[in-house]
Amino acid sequence: MADPPHDVSAWETVIGLEIHAQLATRSKIFSGSATAFGAPPNAQANLVDLGYPGVLPVLNGEAVRMAVMFGLAIGARIAPRSVFARKNYFYPDLPKGYQISQYELPIVAGGQVDIVLDDGSARRVAVTRAHLEEDAGKSLHEGLPGLSGIDLNRAGTPLIEIVSEPDMRSAKEAIAYMKKVHTLVRYLRICDGNMQEGSFRCDANVSVRRRGAEKFGTRAEIKNINSFRFVEKAINYEVARQIELLESGGKVVQETRLYDPDKGETRSMRSKEEANDYRYFPDPDLLPVELDETYIQSVRAQLPELPDQKAQRFVAQYELSGYDAQVLTASSELADYYETVVRTAGGSPKLAANWVGGDLAAFINRDGLEISASRVGAAALAGLLRRISDNTISGKIAKDVFEAMWDGQQEADAIIEARGLRQITDDGPIEAAIAAVMAANPVQLADYRAGKDKLFGFFVGQVMKATQGKANPARLNELLRQKLSG
Amino acid sequence: MYDFAPIFPKFQRHYHMSLRRSDIDNIARLARLALSEAEIPVYIDSLSRIIGLVSELDRAATGGVEPMSHPLAGQKQRQRADAVTESDQHELYQRNAPQVLAGLYLVPKVIE
Amino acid sequence: MHSETVAELIAGLKERKYSATELAREMLGRIQRAQPELNAFITIEAESALAAAAEADRRLAAGGAPPLTGVPIAHKDIFCAAGSRTTCGSKMLANFVSPYDATVVARLRAAGAVVLGKTNMDEFAMGSSNETSHFGAVRNPWDPSRVPGGSSGGSAAAVAARLVPAATATDTGGSIRQPAALCGVTGIKPTYGRVSRYGMIAFASSLDQAGVIARSAQDAALMLGAMAGFDERDSTSVDAPVPDYVGGLDRPLRGLRIGLLKEFFDKGLDPAIEACLRTALEALRAQGAELRDVSLPNLPLSVPTYYVVAPAECSSNLARFDGVRFGHRCEEPRDLKDLYERSRGEGFGAEVKRRIMTGTYVLSAGYYDAYYLKAQRVRQLIASDFARAFAQVDVLIGPTTPTVAFELGAKTADPITMYLNDIYTIGANLAGLPAVSIPCGFVQGLPVGLQIVGAHFAEERILNVAHRYQRETDWHARAPEAYR
Repeated sequence: MADPPHDVSAWETVIGLEIHAQLATRSKIFSGSATAFGAPPNAQANLVDLGYPGVLPVLNGEAVRMAVMFGLAIGARIAPRSVFARKNYFYPDLPKGYQISQYELPIVAGGQVDIVLDDGSARRVAVTRAHLEEDAGKSLHEGLPGLSGIDLNRAGTPLIEIVSEPDMRSAKEAIAYMKKVHTLVRYLRICDGNMQEGSFRCDANVSVRRRGAEKFGTRAEIKNINSFRFVEKAINYEVARQIELLESGGKVVQETRLYDPDKGETRSMRSKEEANDYRYFPDPDLLPVELDETYIQSVRAQLPELPDQKAQRFVAQYELSGYDAQVLTASSELADYYETVVRTAGGSPKLAANWVGGDLAAFINRDGLEISASRVGAAALAGLLRRISDNTISGKIAKDVFEAMWDGQQEADAIIEARGLRQITDDGPIEAAIAAVMAANPVQLADYRAGKDKLFGFFVGQVMKATQGKANPARLNELLRQKLSG
Repeated sequence: MYDFAPIFPKFQRHYHMSLRRSDIDNIARLARLALSEAEIPVYIDSLSRIIGLVSELDRAATGGVEPMSHPLAGQKQRQRADAVTESDQHELYQRNAPQVLAGLYLVPKVIE
Repeated sequence: MHSETVAELIAGLKERKYSATELAREMLGRIQRAQPELNAFITIEAESALAAAAEADRRLAAGGAPPLTGVPIAHKDIFCAAGSRTTCGSKMLANFVSPYDATVVARLRAAGAVVLGKTNMDEFAMGSSNETSHFGAVRNPWDPSRVPGGSSGGSAAAVAARLVPAATATDTGGSIRQPAALCGVTGIKPTYGRVSRYGMIAFASSLDQAGVIARSAQDAALMLGAMAGFDERDSTSVDAPVPDYVGGLDRPLRGLRIGLLKEFFDKGLDPAIEACLRTALEALRAQGAELRDVSLPNLPLSVPTYYVVAPAECSSNLARFDGVRFGHRCEEPRDLKDLYERSRGEGFGAEVKRRIMTGTYVLSAGYYDAYYLKAQRVRQLIASDFARAFAQVDVLIGPTTPTVAFELGAKTADPITMYLNDIYTIGANLAGLPAVSIPCGFVQGLPVGLQIVGAHFAEERILNVAHRYQRETDWHARAPEAYR
């Protein structure tokens, strides 16, 4: 069933996402408890987080500022007056029996996110709204037969829930959108984006309809997906399930489903289905949040350069391709790293782009690091690129030097000197090496001279080998051509 | 009728909205309240009367009137500074808990 | 000592007529002797009270002690006090020990008051007779076969019986004023937001307000001054300076415009009660006040409005009592649903369950607009009626209750009969207005209450009117025979 049915083209997929981004505040949205990840169970749950009798919520202004910042970044309207409401349901990870959220009057309304797909095509995804709410705690089941353990450290962590319109038509688009929002919240420094820790996760509303149909199909909501990969798998599984169901004469039921990464399938969450009359009403413990134009402008003034703006600038300023610009602006840290390299190395921005987006990115990914923890800093990489630009080493040798830098933390020049990797640009030693190679390979020389041009590459390789790769490739080619032609 | 009905003549009629057993079952389920068989007819009766009483509101002309959710008009939410003011007090807070283990509150298994 | 007011006790302690310890012992003795008959207390805290009294004596001796040092008081058992059992009158919290102090508790402690115990109340403050308490009904000191009113019945009975000179209380639909009226004492519900709700177990958050029951307006002013003021832990607390309530008490009433609520003096008010009120109004007129008739046309809808808004909020506020982190948990739950349903079914009493269900119903899909939203709109109309009235008059005066104290069990059969006890008091809660009830006579040996409602933050004014009335009359000074 994981494989899409063969007549999938008769169907159109419709996807809307609800992204939950934990806001990177120090304290919780309604209490002074810390929000740090990984504390011992309930060590960061105070009376307000525990829903103790008599306690009351007080709003963290930083959570408001961050939500407003997000709204401004996606070109949304910031509500001059927004209202917290209670969403009532019973669940052990929800201590008060209600979640404080926003319902009728969210803080952010409208806005849009532009995405670029792998084939280079662009799409715009409309955002319906983004509202502030508190996160729930966690239920743990391991090692507790017949019981669940409740840890409320996460309860009360501020979230923005970003609700998109059903504008996406494939899992790929959904992922591109989710990645873009991920990039955005990290640019704004309002969310650490850590998906393993649950700081950034989404619910996907998925439906299918016959191509050309106007009405949306009945949707299923897949809850709490916490990796880009799972989003793709969960959506594709769900699409296939719905198509198969409809084609066999069945009906999709509107329900909440859970993605099981181990089995690679979604399944119905009947336990949550039972109680979905949430009885929203304005929270009487909190007053309307009123934001005036002065406040909104002050937040607008704090907006950093956003990824789209930065990518455009990179294309204009560094003459990069749209693709390279996109890659290098995937995070503001990466973009900053790149710009530091360009500034320090002073050479070709394209060379720097190739290195930052290529070799460096590969090593970072291989070791599972953040760019900020790169074992080769921007200044060090710039030092290496300078040696390529001034012909001290070739690009090929540079890869070896880079690897040595990554492993040993040494500067490029030190490695080049210590290993004697300085490029040979003087004709003498190159000519000597050519002569030796020609003498050692009379058969190939004869063949070449008889018109077997392809053997040129063989001689290049032999001379490079003889010079331990240090011969300047341009000079080597020139001299070799002269000598071979005799 | 009610003792004080004459004070507010509108209460003179005996309002009665009939709630059904299924209504009470649904409300009790939403509110997570176990009711005994003996309690159910009592609640059907009293809730029917209360809903009858509050149905009096139908008489008010409220066109164009803003709902009032807070008694002091014009007050707005205060925002506190983002500062951690709390320390780990879980042992104290869990003294009231019926069942805990290693800092966790225990409940019958949560099935998702 | 026991018959002295807070003001007199402050003077007596200062002059060393008695020590705080002697005073605490005397009052604790009275509380213990009265307990079998009145059941005014849920918890008597003799040990901590005597320790606090000893500390008060040290501070009095050292000089510079805060204003209420050594004054014995009691807290309604709805206020959380660190290390103290806080039950809210419910089986649900029968063994709940609060790890923290309500702001009101902390402020009164800081002001030097000595807490003798926690007073009985209707379960979760839902009731008008104190008969819904899990810890048994409270009886009226004027006639133990009658109710003291509710939900702050324990506080009112304790003050009336001279067990404490003042006690904290809370008022969501009349829970301070109605028992104060039925027990012949003075009770003030301040403006919504005037006193912090932090640490006061919530019933209906947009209506709940903490206040005080005492024997005179002067004592109420002294207590309120120590309790009121901005609290950063309550978002609905108002950041405005607290006036000197005591300082304003003696202001003459000349030119005071008193509005008589037409809807309250309509046919149906017990003629004997009306006679008491008319006499009282004459006494105020004699001091220079003017009387005017005022009509609040939407006020008759206050009871149905209240019985949507209060249950709706309560159904949500009481969802936290689920048997997981605190409170009653059923034996051997089969599963999670069973844990919730039986813990709550067993832990809550009949009236609390009724209100939770009413609130759940009015908020549920398909009924929200017809009931909840409609009630919020009517609430706006009622608040506007009051605002218009206060453009014409300074205070509104009327009865606090339709009858004097009724017999235990008389109104338990039909909840609506019980709900209509609050018919005169609910309006002030819906509009967030301050109101005080003071004794103004007796009918068949039972006290009658007069209610003075003020504009927002006009506590000073209504206490001033109450005090001027109490200077000329002695209804408030009368004590029940058995507790003199």
